Amino acid sequence: MRLEPKPTPPLGVTLLFPVAAIAATLVITSLLVLAAGASPFSVFYLVARGAAGTQFAALETLTRATPLIFTGLAVAVAFRAKLWNIGAEAQLYIGGVVTIVLGTGALPLPSFLLIPVIMLAAMAAGALLLLGPAVLKTRFGVDEVVTTLLLNFIVLLFVSMLLEGPLKDPMGLGWPQSQRVVAEAQLPRIIQGKRLHYGFVIALCAAAIVWVIMKKTVLGYEMRAVGHNAEAASFAGIPVNRVLMKTALLSGGLAALAGFSEVSGLKGNLTLDLSPGYGYSGIVVAMLAMLNPLGVVASAIFVAGIFVGADAMSRTAGVPSYIADVMVATALLTMVTAILMSRYRMRWR
Amino acid sequence: MEQALEILFTASFWVAAIRIASPLIFATMGELICERAGVLNLGIEGIMTAGAFAGWFTVYAGGDLWTGVLVAALAGAMFGLLHATLTVPLGLSQHVVGIGVTLLASSLTYFIYRLALPEVTSPPKIAPFEALAIPGLSSIPIIGPALFNQTPLTYLAFATVAIVAWVLYRTPLGLAIRAAGENPAAVEAQGISVTGIRMGAVMVGSALMAVGGAFLTMSAFNSFFFQMINGRGWICIALVVFGSWRPGKALLGAILFAAFDAYQVRLQQLSGGVVPYQVFLMMPYVLSILALVLVARRATYPKALMIPYQKGER
Amino acid sequence: MRGSADVEEKNQNGRYDGAEDGIVLRLTGITKRFGPLVANDAISFDLKRGEVVALLGENGAGKTTLMNILFGHYVADEGSVEAFGKALPPGDPRAALDAGIGMVHQHFTLAENMTVLENIALGTQAMWRARLDRGAAARRIRKLSGDFGLAIDPGAVVAALSVGERQRVEILKALYRDARILILDEPTAVLTPAETEALFRTLKLLVAQGLSIIFISHKLHEVMAASDRVLVLRAGHLVGERRTAETSRSELAALMVGQEIAPATVAPAKAGPPLLELANVSTRAGGGGAALDEVSLTLRGGEITGLAGVSGNGQAALAALIAGTMQPLGGDIAIGSATVKEWSPRRALASGIARIPEDRHAVGTIGDMSVTENVISERYRSARFSRLGFLDWRAARGFAEEIIADYDVKCPSPEARIRLLSGGNMQKLILGRALDPEPSVILANQPTRGLDVGAVSYVHKKLLEARARGAAILLISEDLEEILALSDRILVMSKGRLSTPSARGERTVRELGELMAGHAEAGA
Repeated sequence: MRLEPKPTPPLGVTLLFPVAAIAATLVITSLLVLAAGASPFSVFYLVARGAAGTQFAALETLTRATPLIFTGLAVAVAFRAKLWNIGAEAQLYIGGVVTIVLGTGALPLPSFLLIPVIMLAAMAAGALLLLGPAVLKTRFGVDEVVTTLLLNFIVLLFVSMLLEGPLKDPMGLGWPQSQRVVAEAQLPRIIQGKRLHYGFVIALCAAAIVWVIMKKTVLGYEMRAVGHNAEAASFAGIPVNRVLMKTALLSGGLAALAGFSEVSGLKGNLTLDLSPGYGYSGIVVAMLAMLNPLGVVASAIFVAGIFVGADAMSRTAGVPSYIADVMVATALLTMVTAILMSRYRMRWR
Repeated sequence: MEQALEILFTASFWVAAIRIASPLIFATMGELICERAGVLNLGIEGIMTAGAFAGWFTVYAGGDLWTGVLVAALAGAMFGLLHATLTVPLGLSQHVVGIGVTLLASSLTYFIYRLALPEVTSPPKIAPFEALAIPGLSSIPIIGPALFNQTPLTYLAFATVAIVAWVLYRTPLGLAIRAAGENPAAVEAQGISVTGIRMGAVMVGSALMAVGGAFLTMSAFNSFFFQMINGRGWICIALVVFGSWRPGKALLGAILFAAFDAYQVRLQQLSGGVVPYQVFLMMPYVLSILALVLVARRATYPKALMIPYQKGER
Repeated sequence: MRGSADVEEKNQNGRYDGAEDGIVLRLTGITKRFGPLVANDAISFDLKRGEVVALLGENGAGKTTLMNILFGHYVADEGSVEAFGKALPPGDPRAALDAGIGMVHQHFTLAENMTVLENIALGTQAMWRARLDRGAAARRIRKLSGDFGLAIDPGAVVAALSVGERQRVEILKALYRDARILILDEPTAVLTPAETEALFRTLKLLVAQGLSIIFISHKLHEVMAASDRVLVLRAGHLVGERRTAETSRSELAALMVGQEIAPATVAPAKAGPPLLELANVSTRAGGGGAALDEVSLTLRGGEITGLAGVSGNGQAALAALIAGTMQPLGGDIAIGSATVKEWSPRRALASGIARIPEDRHAVGTIGDMSVTENVISERYRSARFSRLGFLDWRAARGFAEEIIADYDVKCPSPEARIRLLSGGNMQKLILGRALDPEPSVILANQPTRGLDVGAVSYVHKKLLEARARGAAILLISEDLEEILALSDRILVMSKGRLSTPSARGERTVRELGELMAGHAEAGA
């Protein structure tokens, strides 16, 4: 079998590939549903209804999509430049830590100043966290996949240490959790009484800004060039290492915003279960979006919908909610295969 | 201070070190085979999870222990087949596919676990492998209990290193595997299928990773927990680099690493809570990164590592 | 090269087209298409026992594709291959090997981390054997290398071998498997003249043993020296078949090119001021070749300086140095009259150096980016294409369209991925990108490798135009004929050092060959 490059299909056809990938995912996972003794149609229907069937469900999906947009953008940006940032989880937690450090009364500022300050500080912390692996990659040739993965474990232990030490809530009845952020540091809710908060709006803005950076700016061009062919980029005078550093800063900063938004907009405090793997799911979100920043919004909502819907479904249908994780992982693999099909044709001789 | 040194001369410390090393040895050998053939297998973490569950569950469902090991290996090989199909003939990014396989293998494992045991709060226990003292040798002080009074799976881990080393350096098959990771065109020019060699290597390597996972549920502990692999797979990838892709050196690295891990647990007890316990728990990960930094510059990677190969390409 | 081949031919009454007996290999109607390109068009020929057949053709004529089909790397769209009277299954190198066909690829297929013995034994013993029989393999290798003058230590690690030695390993690989038909793809491209002669001696010994050889080349003098029969390929067609004894270089040249090639008429150079000077520059080793060892070089405006040499002797390092991708370890680089302090690709570009890289696929272009994105890659920061960090895509697209029109590039649209273009069109885009800013210095590294005749003369024309405009050009080529045709001054590189320059026509080809082989100049 050989792979031969073929012309880029028009946009309409390109959009069919995620659809095909999702269809394939449903077919594959329906086997598991059958194994669980349930009907795939009713299970997928229950997932869809649980994700978007009611106003409550839809808002919950958007709430869950918010951190996924940030981590999805972080991964999309990094993967574009072939910087394999698998450490969005750690960057997310660092963003949460900064939010707690600055947001629990340390800075007596009004809301319209405090929130931007916290955001910038969180981004800076996340950016610096990814800068380490990026430097190790460019200076010492250490594969960043392994370092960012290992950092996830280190940072989680670090957060655990903080939550049992300096950041521990004295009123927390001994639980490893932080104090709550002050009112000025909270992102307001979009609809009173509902969980959806302005973090979602910030995520949408971030997606738009990243789209502009990738499509319209010199930096975006450099990042894509480095990602597609670093040797040719370097030959053309593009400073590859510097571009990778900038990519790391941008990616780490975006992932940290997920932590900020969860703490400041939703949870109010920091615990060790701030993220049920948003950093890893971000990889799926980014790949499903074919690394397109605007596509990230759509795919984050889709992935969030699967998680929210599967939770609801498992309560009624008795199929374990881990079916959502399986679907998401399967979607990642079918999607990369679909992208390949869009760019190459297979010849069997 | 003296106490800290005395630890090194206790048999229980070395017994623990070898026990901690065993799953790492299996998985490191598995990853080493994959990488020697030119494929980075980031599915390792998930494949270990799947293996841990498959082995344990087989025994829980009534199979005997060795059947459990075999089932774990088969489960690993199946995920290896998935990984290899996507990365070898299709040439997809080994990074993305590897992460995908890890996510899929672990979520599938948790799904099946929940499906099979919907109601349990604490996971059921099995009767794990028991230590098998080798007469005579096991009575040597310190070394005896550490090396010759372990479970059969630990002996198998050491045997695996010898077998992998023999196959890689002494057999025609090993030549083909090493050449596939260095210059696949050389393999094809001699009439051997690069695709076949690489896919086979990934499947066998993945089987070993899964056995490494099964060691945890069937020898080190007697039950399956969520998140029990806890980054061991990623550490094994660092160990392969640290061992310069050589089985003997990787074995040494795994033992060194495990000794350090066993040591930090004992230091933690000694420190009496002055230093937060998380600092000790971080050490294995920090150490892995440091090891990578130390050797990465001098490391001679298999030249075709992570580079997909198409037939007739040069 | 006569010997046993003559005996064979006498047995067949001098006929080489009808006799079934002596025929060891028969290709019938081989056709291979890559997309719209027809690489091989219905090619048929026979090979007889004890015969050396040269497959002659320009780069890109389809020689290597044909041999890759024969060896099973590719599958032909039409046609069949028969070896020793039996059909070869398509796409199966193993079957070709088993049928007694051995191939020495242009780019060696050796695993550098393994020994000579391991490389040769790879795939020759049953895969599931518990132990590789090293002793037997070593004995056989020693015997073969003694018999055919291929001296090599079976225990040496390939990474430590010279290019000539590696080629010997490749030939031994085929002989070890009892190859009866040996295909050599451009075997002399990487050899010094002396090594080439040694290779030809080995070939004679092989033919004397009854082996048949297909020898791929685009060098006429080698074909004349080493073959019994010549097949000429042009643009995928078999355009001629001659007995070497009954043809001439000029006839073959005409067949190969298809038209009378009027050698580019070159007006005498009016050498201008020095535009780029290297003074005692040393570098580390680069591109798999030698390091530069205190090299001094002056490029003057209005002059083409040709750099000849066997590949791997430091040309890659010199090209990387001038392109800005390699830093000098010692010595000075001066542009115009100013000595350069920091050096990078960006500095090189800013200093007016245009670069045409050796590998247009991996280095010259970014395959998965569009034509537009590729043409601005060296100048995207200039005011023409960007402002305040934002790119002006309209200007970029306009520039791409300009180059497509000016340089006659065939491509579907400026938005097409550049990977989809043919080599010639890709090279035209690279030329356009490099020459548009009217550079004062041009580094052209193997600018015509792998291009068809039309594209080659186009590249030559553009280089001569730049010369007429007053640019200083360094032409690095392994094709001595190209160097001789275009260069006002010729330098020879060997083991990281440069010869003294010679003016057009000053040194004979033989003298240049001596220099390429590393023999010191008389009196130098």
